Amino acid sequence: MSHAESPIRQKWVVNTDQYGQITADVTRPIESKPNLLWLAATGFSATVLGVGTALIVWTIYEGIGVWGLNPTVGWAFDITNFVFWVGIGHAGTLISAVLLLFRQKWRNSINRASEAMTIFAVMCAGLFPLLHMGRPWLGLWFLPLPNTRGSLWVNFNSPLLWDVFAISTYLTVSLVFWYLGMIPDFATIRDRMAQKGRKIASMIYGGMAFGWEGSSRNWSRFEVVSLILSGLATPLVLSVHSIVSMDFATSVIPGWHTTIFPPYFVAGAIFSGFGMVQTLMIVTRKVYKLENYITMDHMESIAKIVIATGSLVGLAYMTEFFTAWYSGSLWERYIFINRMFGPFGWSYWIMFSCNVITPQLFWFKKIRTNMVLTFIISIFVNVGMWFERFVIIVTSLHRDFLPSSWASYAPTYVEVGILLGTFGLFMTCFFLFSKYLPVVNMFEVKTLVNHPKKPANLEERAEEPVTA
Amino acid sequence: MKKNFLLGKYWDPDATLDALKRLQDSGVLVYDVFSPFPIHGIEPYLNIKRTRLTVAAFIYGCLGALTGILLIALVFGVIWPMNIGGKPTVPWPDFVPITFELTVLFAAHGMVITFLIVGRYWPGKKAVLMDIRQTDDVFVVAIDKNKVEDEAEIRKVFSETGAFEITEKEV
Repeated sequence: MSHAESPIRQKWVVNTDQYGQITADVTRPIESKPNLLWLAATGFSATVLGVGTALIVWTIYEGIGVWGLNPTVGWAFDITNFVFWVGIGHAGTLISAVLLLFRQKWRNSINRASEAMTIFAVMCAGLFPLLHMGRPWLGLWFLPLPNTRGSLWVNFNSPLLWDVFAISTYLTVSLVFWYLGMIPDFATIRDRMAQKGRKIASMIYGGMAFGWEGSSRNWSRFEVVSLILSGLATPLVLSVHSIVSMDFATSVIPGWHTTIFPPYFVAGAIFSGFGMVQTLMIVTRKVYKLENYITMDHMESIAKIVIATGSLVGLAYMTEFFTAWYSGSLWERYIFINRMFGPFGWSYWIMFSCNVITPQLFWFKKIRTNMVLTFIISIFVNVGMWFERFVIIVTSLHRDFLPSSWASYAPTYVEVGILLGTFGLFMTCFFLFSKYLPVVNMFEVKTLVNHPKKPANLEERAEEPVTA
Repeated sequence: MKKNFLLGKYWDPDATLDALKRLQDSGVLVYDVFSPFPIHGIEPYLNIKRTRLTVAAFIYGCLGALTGILLIALVFGVIWPMNIGGKPTVPWPDFVPITFELTVLFAAHGMVITFLIVGRYWPGKKAVLMDIRQTDDVFVVAIDKNKVEDEAEIRKVFSETGAFEITEKEV
């Protein structure tokens, strides 16, 4: 039969044997008034976002001279943050698309929040190239539009332009995928609010539900569309970070000019994204009491992916070093020795210990089932992956072929503030999402309930059906 | 035009499928089933054919690929050819990333827009519900009353397969 599964099969939903209970548990934060903790957290994030916004305005007003860049280190904090945030986004698509194709049912309860994370992260990422232009209002020039500037066209040979296409496709496709998945859940909230007599809420969620009624004909189409979208999103997500890596790999700068970059960046992106998923899920499941849906087994599965991708990243670091030595290229060798023992060596060792050593702790079941330790390790992963991009970008640039043009780099308060501001943006969006939208995909989690029990209050809820 | 429906309501998807099987055996035409989540294996009982949206997605994808290739080839080959160290003016390997992204962009958005049009969904549309609980935990088997001969037989099937409620509704 459709949902009845063997009792020995692993359960991804625990202590739940009614569909209605899932609806009640997931919509509870939406129905209740915001509590003090949520208000404080959102207020704090919004304040940080405000500070970041002020510094962005200052950057645009004064020019990017307020950053610590110089002619030698022309890319630093901004592109580091860009690559970092794009990478964070990758876990969401991996969970929602790749795991759907592989029929991994544990994705069902964490896909919604991870997709939200993807979208907010890509929004943060998109800010940085725009700001680095100095005149963001000319961002339109990135598009191949017929124009009167002597008919000036974009350079289709440039990976930077490929990035424009990749990131905008990624953002819009992820957004559509996310929204489409929420339509049936919006319908659920619409009808629940109508039953509770909350007309305005029902109207708002009803508007967003596009008139979804759960007809089998539409479910059949809906599932095919979801499947094809994941089939499209899977190569898309691999292409996005490959293209981001080509921003570096197609140049001739030692430390960047390497063919390992695309798979190395994709593995790193998934690694950092899953680190962020851990951070967010540990908090979300606790705060919204969703432990029955985001179970310990989920957290363990995520930890296992962190081990796998963390080891891949470690392998990539070592391959890079081996290749630098084996290539016999003087500059290539120098840049890698300089990376470890040069003026920015400290950032290299932060990266190495956070990305290669700490995730290996997840081999111990005691550690990956301890949420406090997992949370701490996930923060280490986030920090380490930020430093990976910093190391790649800054250490490769600061000592180039001509020793006379060697320079150092230190971020100004403006750059640090804008980075913090993007964290503010990310967290503000995530808090708003977790309060007003269904954090867990209700209809997909319902398919995981085995042998449902008859709802106790069926008759009480049988009102005259309304057209909401 | 309003239709009169006979509704059998279940709280278990397995029972719903049992009912559909019994109804099919006795030759009753089921209008539709409304459920809080997709019931796998329901398609044969409702004569739901495999959707052609996949074909649509493929066509949109081809359109995207064509757009990508034409756009770049026109700009680089015809409108603004550039001589960069004597290299080919139309370097096709460089087209691959953008062509790929446009393929995905067109296929994904085209398919979703078509899905919304085919299913008649739009922002703010009023939902026509058989039962307000159908998006929560109730599975509704709807039968068009004008198209049945023996209503008592259907009611019998509904109650024997475990429907907790059998009602009528005009929508």
